[in-house]
Amino acid sequence: MDADITLTVDGERRALTVDTRVTLLDALRDRLGVTSPKKGCDHGQCGTCTVLLDGRRATTCLAFAVAHDGAEITTSAGLGAGDGGVGAEPAHPLHRAFLEHDGFQCGYCTPGQICSAAGMLAEAEAGWPSAVTPDVAERPALDEAEIRERMSGNLCRCGAYPGIVAAILGVAEGRRT
Amino acid sequence: MIPFDYRRAGDAETAVAAVAGNPGAAFLGGGTNLVDHMKLGVAEPDLLVDVTRLPFDSVDPLPGGGLRIGAGVRNSDLAADERVRTRYPVLAEALLSGASGQLRNLATTGGNLLQRTRCGYFQDVTTPCNKRRPGEGCSAREGYHRYHAILGASPHCVAVHPSDLAVALTALDAVVRVRGPRDGHGERAIPAAELHRLPGEHPEWDTVLGHGDLITAVDLPPLPMAARSRYRKVRDRASYAFALVSVAAAVELTGDVIGDVRIALGGVAHKPWRATLAEAALRGRPPDRAEFRAAAEAELADAQPLRDNRFKVPMARNTIVSVLAGLTGEEPR
Ligand SMILES: Cc1cc2nc3c(=O)[nH]c(=O)nc-3n(C[C@H](O)[C@H](O)[C@H](O)COP(=O)(O)OP(=O)(O)OC[C@H]3O[C@@H](n4cnc5c(N)ncnc54)[C@H](O)[C@@H]3O)c2cc1C
Ligand code: SF4
Ligand code: FES
Ligand code: FES
Repeated sequence: MDADITLTVDGERRALTVDTRVTLLDALRDRLGVTSPKKGCDHGQCGTCTVLLDGRRATTCLAFAVAHDGAEITTSAGLGAGDGGVGAEPAHPLHRAFLEHDGFQCGYCTPGQICSAAGMLAEAEAGWPSAVTPDVAERPALDEAEIRERMSGNLCRCGAYPGIVAAILGVAEGRRT
Repeated sequence: MIPFDYRRAGDAETAVAAVAGNPGAAFLGGGTNLVDHMKLGVAEPDLLVDVTRLPFDSVDPLPGGGLRIGAGVRNSDLAADERVRTRYPVLAEALLSGASGQLRNLATTGGNLLQRTRCGYFQDVTTPCNKRRPGEGCSAREGYHRYHAILGASPHCVAVHPSDLAVALTALDAVVRVRGPRDGHGERAIPAAELHRLPGEHPEWDTVLGHGDLITAVDLPPLPMAARSRYRKVRDRASYAFALVSVAAAVELTGDVIGDVRIALGGVAHKPWRATLAEAALRGRPPDRAEFRAAAEAELADAQPLRDNRFKVPMARNTIVSVLAGLTGEEPR
């Protein structure tokens, strides 16, 4: 059954008609040509489809597009955009940090890692604890262990984890100073 | 996936009527479990009634000192709530041990409680499973059952309930508020410990709820002892994995002895397992390891592990001991 929806993707308002069965991920990739979020497992298990959905990190493979009519979505490609597009200098500090710290090899998981990291840094700044925070009542301090735990929903088949953690830690420390 | 109709519910009454009036309808929360099951062919609703816009999206104080958690509150927001973190740390810890940051931002309180078992055969429509198709047989009993039950199982099903949140709520004596097709404008209150059921002869029923029953909220009692509470989850990976065994506990010391105690176990049964035998054995006793161990053994005396999950019995015992020791200052948290 079809539904008319609008999504604002990386700042651009897009109207489309989708079968109710279409996930947000498939709507983005196959219907709108927004291929920054990737499809890994399609079952919520790998995190490569992560975007910022109304400002918060979220997987898009277990969400029906129709249930997110009116949503505002930011993909990794749209983070810090406003530059010259593909091939231009990466605009967001996370992008630059992933390059500097070798935070990827094949790059397939990277857009999901970047969006997840962006959402995670905002969560930590808001004082949200994690499963490794020694006392959940206290404001957590973002160290390597915290970053690993908070990023555990993003798998990397190339095993670029040391670079990913270093990149995110670098950005987090940059923000603190 | 079969085609389905989608509706956004504006109020609880309309939502309940829409689902109750159609045997093929289902409520949709964050979708992180239901959409997965629809992709797998495990669930085939022809109407989804989206309940995420209902006005049940806040955590509010209750007269008398408790908290009311709206069914639509996301797992991440609940875990970040200051009142939960300071007064019910076991609840924040349980939520934070589940799924991932990007899933917790979607997952709702109601949907989390009603998520279904992660038994691999339940999720694989090419294998017999009594929970999916009653009477077909249980593939796990003689198959892969490392994650399965050691307490309260039946010949028909040995699955465990996967929710971490439900284990904490069971320890906290929380109450689930439900509005169903026969409740008129009113609601019923179901203790969290009685929401899920043991499989018995009907493993197809996970809970005591009927078709069209909508969870609207979960109430936490004031329970001052919960300020000293903790959740520990033992799993195959350091993070982002379901529990092999988990323990939610709260302890109150009165002088030199245990005045009151709450213990619930996850990963061991078809429902969160309230450890009433262990609790009874501990009240009035000194908080030492020998007592903790004896209490854990009393609770697990009737355990009936399967061929490949015998390890869960000592694992559950040891986890109970270490959580209680941590809470009573026997060892650092
Ligand atoms: C990769 C992965 C790892 C995970 N790891 C964990 C883990 O470690 N621990 C853990 O506890 N969970 C884990 N989960 C499960 C996750 O917590 C649940 O999927 C989530 O909490 C379900 O909430 P939801 O709002 O998305 O529910 P939905 O998927 O929308 O709904 C689930 C069920 O609840 C029903 N429902 C929803 N809301 C209501 C309501 N208000 N009243 C009545 N019925 C309702 C739906 O009809 C459906 O049957 C994991 C999930 C994934 C995908
Ligand atoms: S344990 Fe339960 S859910 Fe798993 S195969 Fe057996 S009947 Fe199905
Ligand atoms: S594709 Fe969405 S989590 Fe793997
Ligand atoms: S860089 Fe290849 S999967 Fe992560």
